[in-house]
Amino acid sequence: MTTTEPLRTVDVPPHVADNPRLGQWISFPDDLSPDAVGVRIGKVELGQGIVTALAQVAADALALPVAQVRMLNAHTGLGPDEGLTAGSLSMVQAGPALRYVGAVVRDLVARVADDHPGASFVDVARTLDPATDLATWEPRTDQPPVRRVVGTDLPRLDLPDKVLGRPRYLADLRPAGLRYGRALRPPSFGATLVDVDAAKVEGLQLVRDGSFVGVVAATEAEADAALVRLREATTWDERDLLPDEHDLTTFLKAGPHDDIPVLDEPDAPAPTHTATYTRPFLAHASIAPSCGLARWSDDGTTVHVWSHSQGIHNLRAAIATSLGLDAAAVTVEHVENAGCYGHNAADDAAFDAVLLARSVPGTAVQVRWSRRDELAWGPLASAMVADLSATLAGGRVTGWRHDVWSQGHSSRPGYGGGTPGLLAGQHRADPDPSPAAGDPPPDRGGGTTRNAVPIYDVGPRSIAGHRLSASPLRTSAMRALGAYLNVFAIECFMDELAEQAGTDPVDFRLAHLADERARAVIERARDGSGWGTPLPDETGRGIGFARYKDRGAWCAVVAEVTVDHEVRVRRLTIAVDVGLAVSPDGVRNQIEGGATQATSWTTRERVRFDRRRVTSDDWETYPILRFSEAPLVDVHVIDRPDQPSLGAGEAAQGPTAAAIANAVHAALGVRVRDLPLTADAVVRAIEQAE
Amino acid sequence: MTTPFTVNGRDVTVDAQPDTPLLTVLREDLGLLGSRFGCGLGLCGACFVRLDGHVVPACDTPLWQAEGKDVVTVEGLSEPGHAHPVQQAILDRQAAQCGFCISGIVVNAATLLDEQPDADEEDVVAALDRNLCRCGVQRRIVDAVLAARSGAASS
Ligand code: FES
Ligand code: FES
Repeated sequence: MTTTEPLRTVDVPPHVADNPRLGQWISFPDDLSPDAVGVRIGKVELGQGIVTALAQVAADALALPVAQVRMLNAHTGLGPDEGLTAGSLSMVQAGPALRYVGAVVRDLVARVADDHPGASFVDVARTLDPATDLATWEPRTDQPPVRRVVGTDLPRLDLPDKVLGRPRYLADLRPAGLRYGRALRPPSFGATLVDVDAAKVEGLQLVRDGSFVGVVAATEAEADAALVRLREATTWDERDLLPDEHDLTTFLKAGPHDDIPVLDEPDAPAPTHTATYTRPFLAHASIAPSCGLARWSDDGTTVHVWSHSQGIHNLRAAIATSLGLDAAAVTVEHVENAGCYGHNAADDAAFDAVLLARSVPGTAVQVRWSRRDELAWGPLASAMVADLSATLAGGRVTGWRHDVWSQGHSSRPGYGGGTPGLLAGQHRADPDPSPAAGDPPPDRGGGTTRNAVPIYDVGPRSIAGHRLSASPLRTSAMRALGAYLNVFAIECFMDELAEQAGTDPVDFRLAHLADERARAVIERARDGSGWGTPLPDETGRGIGFARYKDRGAWCAVVAEVTVDHEVRVRRLTIAVDVGLAVSPDGVRNQIEGGATQATSWTTRERVRFDRRRVTSDDWETYPILRFSEAPLVDVHVIDRPDQPSLGAGEAAQGPTAAAIANAVHAALGVRVRDLPLTADAVVRAIEQAE
Repeated sequence: MTTPFTVNGRDVTVDAQPDTPLLTVLREDLGLLGSRFGCGLGLCGACFVRLDGHVVPACDTPLWQAEGKDVVTVEGLSEPGHAHPVQQAILDRQAAQCGFCISGIVVNAATLLDEQPDADEEDVVAALDRNLCRCGVQRRIVDAVLAARSGAASS
């Protein structure tokens, strides 16, 4: 035997310390093939490929071929609590945990292997005690670390089902005796249910609790028909609560605010240049409406929930809090659905199912939202406005100020010190409190002020956020949170300053930038894009760059844009550094998708509303990017195998927005500072400039 | 009220209201879950099926319209257990993220390649313009469909 070294040269990974039982991570369900190990994580598949990437990590950690690793659904009762699947943190958090768990398992197996002559690794692993405490075990191994599938392009494990049209999504579950539920949303925000005409709903299985009302039926067709009858039978008291959609800056700046001081460095010189940048409210706009499934026990004391929530443990606590139950009475199991891109209506749909299923104990009830409800009643991403000012002296920036106004970016279940945060809870007779959305704490990147501090060397900085502490519009997390607008603002402003300084925008950035990995992605995007070479008429190139959350991936984008009757993004050249790329093609796919989606946000998306309700509630009133409008995307992954892995899903949004706007300027000579960059916005900017 | 039609070559008779959306009938009465519900408004393409050779949104097609007709869903594009060349190309190129849009895209693209085996990029983009993909996988999907042309022609 060669020398053995304690593996615990670093601390136990936090997710192992929080979930120390071996059986939470490693288990062998009955339907598992005899040569496989079941690995259960707390992170969930949202379409980003994380479960496959973590299967790669687990396979190498266990020194098994990936075919012998089976990833099991996240489950509040059986698996680890790894918090939310959000913030591009899954690989950062779950990767080290799986490596550690794998090392312990290999060590445990090696120690007892002699007692099981001829048995395979998996056979021996099956004999391990699930109660083994991983956190106190001092793992030792004389086996070298294995790197077989990490860093290679393993095809996604979930895609065959999805591409071949097999049942896989939550809406495809068909437990025995399944019934179908529909919740009737109020006609407008803040509306209260006055009356349900009993004659019109005769024969329907109705559930009513205050202003929450819904139906349960034996078939989907009956549920849909019942919902139509229910809507016609209800009378509501409605009020004008919403702000003027055409003057969101006034609304956002009016307050009341919670102020978020970030930096206030002394001795800033007087500014020489100022500009204001805005974005409207945006919708997550998942391609699938949210879905929930719940079944209460026959005696009505416990409930099992199937949900595509990003945070099943928080959802479980929220359900328990809202209903006054012990958390142990609620079990939540994750089942995949379409991409959500943040906190959409997944948790709300689950709670609808819980409330409706309570009327039929022992029977599973599936609730699927309508497209209109998904776009109108899901949490929105907040509108924002940022005022920037800077001092330019001798071609260098010597002072910088950034003030940003926004609603909060998180009202996920459990926010604000334990608020359930479930839509139906606000409508029940005994409503849950519904404080305004907050933000993740600064050490998680914040929300309103995410990426508000420029990475550049710009002299004394003064950075502050101003978050509305009350609003009739429900907002929560969407990909990149405040970073989308803050990076858009900073990177457009840098372009304006470069122009004033008479310097090329790329050179201007590099002249203010010491971070080597930042410089590398900017240079790679520049070189890959043909920067500086001639372009056709009405076409321009622009650049945008950021390091996501100041601690995540580095990403630079060069956009090539033609402006004729509208803004057409022809091509995006992107360079990204995510440290070790566990799955390089997975990183490319995430960056391509993120940048394409950001192109949609940037060029056309805006939630519309009148004084009572969201009016952009279908794909005609909330148009998203189509095939004919999708840019070519060319991604360069700078692989750094010796550096920790960083998430890729949120790196490209802000840089893409800025690159497009800067390209519009290069093409037209006009600065469009209000998103989205529609033909109207371009015309307005031209008029203002004249 | 019963309605006879064929699904993926099989004769079926469904007992349902004639105005029930075909998508509901496929998913709930016939257990064909591959056609996805995305909007129910005929606007996203997640539920696309072939009705007598034409690509239509099943969510916006009442059952009575299918009477006596030939419906092909994503499940019927190839022999069970086999991938259609478009599906294989999508898997080969990992041209999907959440995958929820893919069934309808596959039905649409497969129909295009049946009718026009030498469809070029412009044709593919024009055909798929009726399908929405929120994850932003459009360019990969177009490349996959183009790569599937030779396979589709020989199938
Ligand atoms: S679900 Fe049929 S077109 Fe959207
Ligand atoms: S892959 Fe998610 S919508 Fe297309």
